[in-house]
Amino acid sequence: MSYQNPPTVPRQSATFDAYTLSEIRRAAATGIYDIRGGGAKRKVPHFDDLLFLGASISRYPLEGYRERCDTSVVLGARFAKKPIELKIPITIAGMSFGSLSGQAKEALGRGASLAGTSTTTGDGGMTEEERGHSQVLVYQYLPSRYGMNPRDLRRADAIEVVVGQGAKPGGGGMLLGQKISDRVAEMRTLPKGIDQRSACRHPDWTGPDDLEIKIMELREITDWEKPIYVKIGGARPYYDTALAVKAGADVVVLDGMQGGTAATQEVFIENVGQPILACIRPAVQALQDLGMHRKVQLVVSGGIRNGADVAKALALGADAVSIGTAALVAIGDNDPRWEAEYQALGTTAGAYDDWHEGKDPAGITTQNPELSQRLDPVAAGRRLANYLKVMTLETQTIARACGKNHVHNLEPEDLCALTLEAAAMAGVPLAGTDWIPGRSGF
Amino acid sequence: MATFDLATATLRELNAQLHATQSGSNDTAWEVLNPRGAHSVAVGIDAPLHVDVHGSVGYYCGGMNSQGTVTVHGSAGPGVAENMMSGIVHIKGDASQYAGATGRGGLLIIDGNAASRCGISMKGIDIVVRGSVGHMSAFMGQSGNLVVLGDAGEALGDSLYEARLFVRGSVKSLGADCVEKPMRDEHLAILADLLERAGIDDVEPSEFTRYGSARTLYNFNIDNADAY
Repeated sequence: MSYQNPPTVPRQSATFDAYTLSEIRRAAATGIYDIRGGGAKRKVPHFDDLLFLGASISRYPLEGYRERCDTSVVLGARFAKKPIELKIPITIAGMSFGSLSGQAKEALGRGASLAGTSTTTGDGGMTEEERGHSQVLVYQYLPSRYGMNPRDLRRADAIEVVVGQGAKPGGGGMLLGQKISDRVAEMRTLPKGIDQRSACRHPDWTGPDDLEIKIMELREITDWEKPIYVKIGGARPYYDTALAVKAGADVVVLDGMQGGTAATQEVFIENVGQPILACIRPAVQALQDLGMHRKVQLVVSGGIRNGADVAKALALGADAVSIGTAALVAIGDNDPRWEAEYQALGTTAGAYDDWHEGKDPAGITTQNPELSQRLDPVAAGRRLANYLKVMTLETQTIARACGKNHVHNLEPEDLCALTLEAAAMAGVPLAGTDWIPGRSGF
Repeated sequence: MATFDLATATLRELNAQLHATQSGSNDTAWEVLNPRGAHSVAVGIDAPLHVDVHGSVGYYCGGMNSQGTVTVHGSAGPGVAENMMSGIVHIKGDASQYAGATGRGGLLIIDGNAASRCGISMKGIDIVVRGSVGHMSAFMGQSGNLVVLGDAGEALGDSLYEARLFVRGSVKSLGADCVEKPMRDEHLAILADLLERAGIDDVEPSEFTRYGSARTLYNFNIDNADAY
């Protein structure tokens, strides 16, 4: 009887996994890095790694559905004559017309207004769909200045100076030529069909001192009425927050690496910036060190999905959160009803991210009129409003369980962490201990 | 003509009054004294006002101007006429960096020199500089015309889109995708009109060289990667 060596099971490399191999082959074949929309897909420490400590004896809970738990938030009372007053601490993040269809922008406006919150423009400037349907509209002042118009500044309710974005702190953008319709080309003052680069830095200032003077110019033009937000990507949150405050921001918007983008290099999305969980406490610390916590509001974004995420962000010290990707999903992005068409594009519902190609079956991230007409802005707006209200109810439920009559009363003491990483990043104790990694004295 | 003395009044009062003055008002002529380098002088005008500023200004003078005519009898700091929509901003002296940045319309005239990044990301504005401009001028310029009677610094027109550049003097170097182009009749006509509107009658359009985009970077191509 002969003996044969048993065959070994083929073993895939953890380093060169199937996705990595496909990327190498794609790069070799096309000569260009992968550009896509959406946010980071890799797993990073997130709010799921935190848990709330509901009340028992040492804390006294509030009765759900009976005792009031307020959710209102005022943004921009530091200098502006007309601060923003929202019913809920969840806002809609900046997303550009051009990247999104007009119907999608209208849906966002309708949904946000029904829920009592704000929407935000994007790189393409202000559209009538959005201004007309957004009760509160934040106008982004971006490095590209595409469509920038002082009359729109005055028509806005607040101005957001975008310095960075979570998906690509330090990076610009690229709207590929295939999405440039006549209307987009006109708004951006560029020919149809060419790649439109969004600059990574404001062309007319070179540092924090210039930012301060720029903010003053914006205030002068708008007669000091509008709150000025400054949006930063989550990279160096302590120093960037401190400098934004020094420059005169009324509100700091802090976007973690899970924040979405219209179209950026995959390598950038997945490898630059920090998770929002790691960014909130340093930003809050900067505000506290300056004596400005709750005076300059902090809005955080980057992968916010549900009321638990909202409550955790608020507990860590934020005043509000902002959602982008989740809002698109709520109005119909990546919906399984279009599965056959997603498969025809070589992907599947839930994974479609080639937003720059303009072929979105859901009619949201496209300028194709046939596709964009698929989106009913009234029904989609209703879905967004439902989603926002559910998130708010979830936030309130958790806050009441922690004994809070306003969601802003949530605090780090209400939290513990499931992992060492989350405990260190969020600055809360590891569950079952009183230990916060990296801090002495506990 | 109304006079506003910034030695005794505040910038806020000046801009508020300019914003409150509507088209058709009898008081459309303003004189501003003692700016002393103040930032954001006469920003956000949205009516056909005439503002004469006697002295030098800081950042963003005439920023986002629409319809107004702002004349600075002195020099201007960075970002003069930033994002101008229409009207005229005229600097009798020199201008600092990023003059006319992102401007979408109107005419910016600089009698002296402009520093680096003049016309950066210009989007339809016309800029006429009697002197020279510094490096990276018209970087990513999308639309409009930059006219330079003197010399241009390094990397002129880098990553240019559709803006037209006319330089009478020397160019230290051209930026990526910016090339010399033939001066056709239509360009001579555009240039003649710009010079006339800028009040310049001692030079001829034929003395200028035109530069524009080679358009090789309009759509990303890996074979052009060295240019990025």
